[in-house]
Amino acid sequence: MKTTFRQIFRQANFVIGFSIITLILLVITIYPLFNPGSPLQMIGQGTFFKPGTYVNIYDSLDTSKVYTLRLDDAAANRIGKKLLPADRETMRAWLIAFGLPEESVQIEYTDDLLQLWWNSYDENVRPQGMTSAARKAAARVDAKLAGLYNMESLTITQPDETTGEPAQKMTVSETDYVNVSDIANVRVLPLGTDNFGRDTLKELLAATATSLKIGLLAGCIATLVGLALGLFAGYVGGIVDDIIMFFANLFTVIPGFVLLILISYSIGQESRGATTVAVVIGFTSWVWTTRSVRAQVLSLRNRDHVNLSKLSGHSLIRILVTDILPYIASYVVMALILQICSGILSEAQLSMLGLGPKTTEVPTLGLMMFWGMQYTAHLNGAWWAYFPVIVMIALISFSLNLMNTGLDQVFNPQLRS
Amino acid sequence: MKGYSRYFAKKFMWFFITLVFAIILNFVLPRLMPGDPVQAITGKIAAGINNQTAVQKIYREFAEKFGTDQPMWKQFLLYLRNLIKGDLGVSFQQYPRPVSDIIKSAALWTIGLQLPAIIVGWLIGNLLGALAAYIRKGFDKILVPISLFLGGLPAFGMAVTLLVLFGITWKILPTSGGYSFDMVPALTGQFIASVIEHYWLPFFSIVLISIGGQAIGMRSMSIYELNADYVKYSRFLGVKDRKIVGYVFRNAMLPQVTGLALSIGTMIGGALVAETIFSYPGLGSTVLKAITGQDYPLISAVTLIITIMVLVASFAIEIIVGIIDPRIKAAQAE
Repeated sequence: MKTTFRQIFRQANFVIGFSIITLILLVITIYPLFNPGSPLQMIGQGTFFKPGTYVNIYDSLDTSKVYTLRLDDAAANRIGKKLLPADRETMRAWLIAFGLPEESVQIEYTDDLLQLWWNSYDENVRPQGMTSAARKAAARVDAKLAGLYNMESLTITQPDETTGEPAQKMTVSETDYVNVSDIANVRVLPLGTDNFGRDTLKELLAATATSLKIGLLAGCIATLVGLALGLFAGYVGGIVDDIIMFFANLFTVIPGFVLLILISYSIGQESRGATTVAVVIGFTSWVWTTRSVRAQVLSLRNRDHVNLSKLSGHSLIRILVTDILPYIASYVVMALILQICSGILSEAQLSMLGLGPKTTEVPTLGLMMFWGMQYTAHLNGAWWAYFPVIVMIALISFSLNLMNTGLDQVFNPQLRS
Repeated sequence: MKGYSRYFAKKFMWFFITLVFAIILNFVLPRLMPGDPVQAITGKIAAGINNQTAVQKIYREFAEKFGTDQPMWKQFLLYLRNLIKGDLGVSFQQYPRPVSDIIKSAALWTIGLQLPAIIVGWLIGNLLGALAAYIRKGFDKILVPISLFLGGLPAFGMAVTLLVLFGITWKILPTSGGYSFDMVPALTGQFIASVIEHYWLPFFSIVLISIGGQAIGMRSMSIYELNADYVKYSRFLGVKDRKIVGYVFRNAMLPQVTGLALSIGTMIGGALVAETIFSYPGLGSTVLKAITGQDYPLISAVTLIITIMVLVASFAIEIIVGIIDPRIKAAQAE
C-alpha cells in the first residue's frame, strides 16, 4: 500500500493534476475567510460592472488629506480617456489629408496626436480630397477637444441647513489627489459583477465548491451503483447477468441526457435543488462503470483463489469483497475520478439548457454560465461573467483527467515509457 | 459456426426486448411530466374567445383528437398502431404539422453537422494518438496535455469560446442559425455558401473536443499493443517495422471502432448543447423545444429515433468487432 502511494506521488501527471485540484480546494476554502458575506448578495445596481477597483466618490471628497501633485501627463491622460477611437480616426484622417506622412500619425499615443493636432489644425484650411462632412466632423472633434482641455476647478455645494440655498463646500482643482488608503470605502472587484450585480469572483468560488460537491455526490452514487451491479452481473452470471445487462442496455439506449432532462422536468421546478440534480445525474450515469467492472470480474471469476474461496464455503458477499474487489480497486478509483468529472460536466450542461438546479440559495458553475448566456454576456463583451466559469470547469476536468492518466500509468505498467 | 449464430440470435432477442421496453418508456416518461399541453394549445387557439362553453368545446375536441382524454394504456395502443403504420402523429406545438415532417427537416441538419464532425474528429484524433504512441518523446509530451485539456473541455465552453472569438471579436463567421436569416432554403449557390459559412463554428466546436478524447484513447491502446509479446516476437523474427506497425494499429483500432459506432449512435443527444448555443436548426434544438413545450408526440418520436440509432449502432458493433477480431468470435462461439 505504502509503495503504491509512493509510486503514485512520483508520477508527474498525477502530481500536477493533484496540485491543481488541491490549489482550487485551498482557494475556495480560504478566500471566503478574507472576504466574508453571502456570495449571492446583489451589491451592484445594474448588470455586468467591469472588473477593477471601485473607489467611493463621496468618501474621496470627504478625506481630510488632499495632496497636490503636478504631473505633466495628467491633462493628456484625462483627454485620452475621453477621446473615443472614432474621434482619433477622424483626427488621423484630417491630418493625413492635410499632408502629414502616414507613419507619423499614430492614434495610440494621445500626447503625440494632440501635439500634431494643435500644431497643424486650422478650421479654415480645406485639405484636398476631403468631403465637407469629414471636414465638419474634424471641426466637431476640435471643439470637443477645446471643451476637454478646459480644466477649471470644480465646486462642490451643499444645501444650507436653514435656508436651503446651495452653499459652497469645497473646490476640487485638477491637481488634487487623494491617497487610496485614506479612503474609507474602496472595493476591489477582480472579476466585476454579473447580471444580478453579484461579485463574480466570490460567486465563482462558491459555485466551484457547490459543483465539486455535486460532482462528488453524483460520482459516488454512479460508482457505487455501477460497482455493485457490475460485481453481481460478472460473478453470479446467468439470469442475474442477463437482467442487469438488460437494464444497462436500456439506460444506454435511452440516452442519459434525454433521461436526465425528462426526469428533471418530471420532478418539477420547486423540488429541483442541487442535491436532487446530483442524485439524478448519479443514477443515470452508472452504466459504463457497470460494463467495465463486469468485464474485469469476468476475467477474475475463474481464478484459483476465487475457486478455493468458493470451495471453502465462503458467502457470496465475502468472495466479492475479499477475493475480487481488491483486484479491481485501482480501476474503481479511476472510474470514480472520471465519474466525478463527468458529474460536474453534466450539471453544467443541464444548467446551460435551463434544466439545472432551480435554486436561488446556492450558485453552481452551470447556473452562472446559464445566467451569463441568458443576459447575453458573450454578445456584450462581458467576458468576466462567463469565461472564468469555462476556465474553472476546464481546470477541474483537466486536473482530474491528468490524475487519472497518472494512476493509469502506475497501475498499468505497460503504459510507462 | 452454429454456436456463433446462436450467440447472435440470443443477442438479437435481448436487443428486441430492450427496444420494446424503450418504446414503452419513451411513451410514458414524457407523459409523466406535470402540466397539460392540450390546455396550452387551447389557450393559444381560443385567445380572444370569451364564451366559456366554446372554449371548453375546443378543449374537448383537441383532447379527443390527441387522445389525451383516454386512459394511458389506450393511448399507448393507439400510438403503437400508428407507429406500425409509420405515422408518428401530429405535433402539439406546431399543430397541425406532422411530426415526421418536422423530424425530416431537422434530421438533415443534425446529420449534416454531426456525421462529418464525428468522422473528421475521429480520424485526426486517432492519427495523432497513434503517432504519439509510435514517436513518443517530445511529441507525446506535448500532445497528451493538449488532448486531455481539449477532451475535458465542456462542449458549451468550446462552443461559446469559438463563438466569441470568431463570431464577435474578429467577426469572421456568423454566430447563429443554419443559414442567413434573410434566405429561404433553396438549392442556389448563394444559399449553399451561407450554409457553409454557418457550418464552421458548430463543426469545429465538435471536432476539437472529439480529437482530444480520441487521441488519448488511441495512444493508450497503441502503447499497450506496442508492448505486447507478439510485437517483441515479430521483432526477433526480423519482421519489417512497417508490417509490425500495421498489425499493432489494426489491433489498437478495435475499441476505437466501437467508440465511433457509439458516438454516431448517440449523436443527437451529443448535439444538444452545440445546437442550442449556435441556434442550429437540428434535432437537438428540436427536442429541447419539444420538451419545454410538452410536445409529447415530438418528444416520443425523437427519443424513439435516438433509441433505434443506439440499438442499431450497438448491434453493428457486435457484428463488426466479431468480423475484425477473430479472438472475440472464438470466445463468443464457445
